[in-house]
Amino acid sequence: MSETMKHNGKASPEQVTYANILFYGAWGGLAVMVVTYVLYVTGIVTPHVPLDQIPLLWSQPVHTYLTLGNVPHGWGWVRLLGKGDFLNFVGIVLLAGMTIVCYLPLIPAFLKRGEKGFALMALAEILVLSLAASGLVSGGGH
Amino acid sequence: MKMDRLRLPAKIALFVVFGVLLFTTAALASGNEAVTKAVASAGAQMAEGATHLGAATGVAWWVWPLVLLFFCFILGIVAVLAGVGGGVLYVPLVSGFFPFHLDFVRGAGLMVALAGALAAGPGLLKRNFASLRLAMPVALIASSCAIVGAYLGMALPTNVVQLCLGGTIMFIAVLLLLSKNTAHPVVTKQDALSMALGMDGAYNDPATGELVQWKTHRTLPGLLLFIIIGVMAGMFGLGAGWANVPVLNLLMGAPLKVAVGTSKFLLSITDTSAAWVYLNKGCVIPLMAIPSIIGLMLGSFVGVRLLAKAKPTFIRYMVIGVLLLSGGKALMKGLGI
Repeated sequence: MSETMKHNGKASPEQVTYANILFYGAWGGLAVMVVTYVLYVTGIVTPHVPLDQIPLLWSQPVHTYLTLGNVPHGWGWVRLLGKGDFLNFVGIVLLAGMTIVCYLPLIPAFLKRGEKGFALMALAEILVLSLAASGLVSGGGH
Repeated sequence: MKMDRLRLPAKIALFVVFGVLLFTTAALASGNEAVTKAVASAGAQMAEGATHLGAATGVAWWVWPLVLLFFCFILGIVAVLAGVGGGVLYVPLVSGFFPFHLDFVRGAGLMVALAGALAAGPGLLKRNFASLRLAMPVALIASSCAIVGAYLGMALPTNVVQLCLGGTIMFIAVLLLLSKNTAHPVVTKQDALSMALGMDGAYNDPATGELVQWKTHRTLPGLLLFIIIGVMAGMFGLGAGWANVPVLNLLMGAPLKVAVGTSKFLLSITDTSAAWVYLNKGCVIPLMAIPSIIGLMLGSFVGVRLLAKAKPTFIRYMVIGVLLLSGGKALMKGLGI
C-alpha cells in the first residue's frame, strides 16, 4: 500500500470493497432472517419440529434435541428447506457466510499490488472458515 | 428541550422496569430445574419426560421468543451504554436465568455477537476506525483458535464449561473495573513485525477534526494472546471484544478508536468460524436465536441514540455488578450448588 494512501485517513480501496459487500450481505441476511422467521412462527410454512414441542427440547443438551426432534446436523437441514424452522437457516447461513464472500476479492486485489503475503493470508482465512463451514472437522458433543 | 431532559430518565426507568418484569417472569417460569434434570437423566423415557417437562412449565411456546425479544432489546441498550458487546452479557444472563441449555445459549450468543459485528463492520471500515491490515493477521489466528475452542466447549462436560464460563465472566468484570484504556497510546518505535505487516495507518477524528496517525508495537506478544482469545471466544460463545480491545490498545498501542473499531470488525471473522461449528452441531434453534439477534440489534440502535444523554459510568458499574452476579451463578451451576 502506498504511504499516501495509508496515511491520509481514507480507507484503502480493498477495505471499501470489503465494506460494500459486507453492507449488502449483512443487511440482506438480516432481512431474510426476519421474513423467514415471520413465515415460521405464524405457521404459514409448517415446521419440522412442532412449535409447541421446542420448549420441551431446548432445556436439554443438543444431542437430546437432535434425537428427539429428529433434527439433522451438519448441512442436513438443506433437505428440509421446505420446513419453516429450517427455512430460517437461509438467513443465518447468509450471515455466517458473509466473511468468506468478502475475503474473496481481497486475493486478486493484494496480488495485483504484489502483496503476496496478504493474498496468502486471505486465502488461508477462506480455507479456515470453509473448513469450519464444511463440518468436516468433527468433535465431541454433549 | 427541558421536556426532553425530563423525559429521558423516565424512558430509561420504564425500560429498566419493563426489563426487570420480563426478566422476573422468565426466571420464575424457568425455576423448574429439578424437573429438567430429572427428565434429562431418564434415558429411555426421555420423550415422555420431555412431555412432562412441558406440562410442568406450563408456558406457551410463543411466550419465550417474546420475552427473549424484549429482554435482548434491553440488553442491547445496556450493552451499548456500558461499552461492552452483546454476547458477553447474553451468554451468562440467558444461561443463568432462562430455561435454555448452555449448548443453545452459546450457539445463539455467537450469532448475536456475529450479527452485531457484521452490521457495524461496513461503517467502521469506511471511516477507517477498523483497519483491515491490522485485523487480517489477528483474525487468522483468532478464527483458527475459535474453531478449537468451539470443539473444546462441545466436548467438555457442561458443568466444566459452566465453571470455566463463571470464572471467565468474573475475570471480565474485574477487567472492566480495573482496565484504563488509553485514547492515544505512545508508540515510540514500530517493531519489525508490525512494519512487515503494515500495521499502521491514520484516521480522521470527527471529535477533534484531526488526522490521527498510528502504528503498533509489541506485535508478537499481541498476536500470541489472540490464540487464547480465539479459544475462549469459541468455547463460551461470548464474543471477545472485552479481550480484543485491551490487547490492541494497551499492549499493541493502537488508538482506542482503532482498537474498538478493529475489535468489533474482528468479531465478524472470529465468531464466524465458531458459529459454523455450533451451526453444524445443531446448536442453533431459530425460535430462540432469531428474536435474540433482532432484539439485541434494535436495542443497540436505541442505545446509540441514548448514549449522548445517559450516564454511562453508572451503567458501566451496573453491568459489572450484573456480570459478577451471573458469573457467580454460572460457577454455582458448575459446582452443582
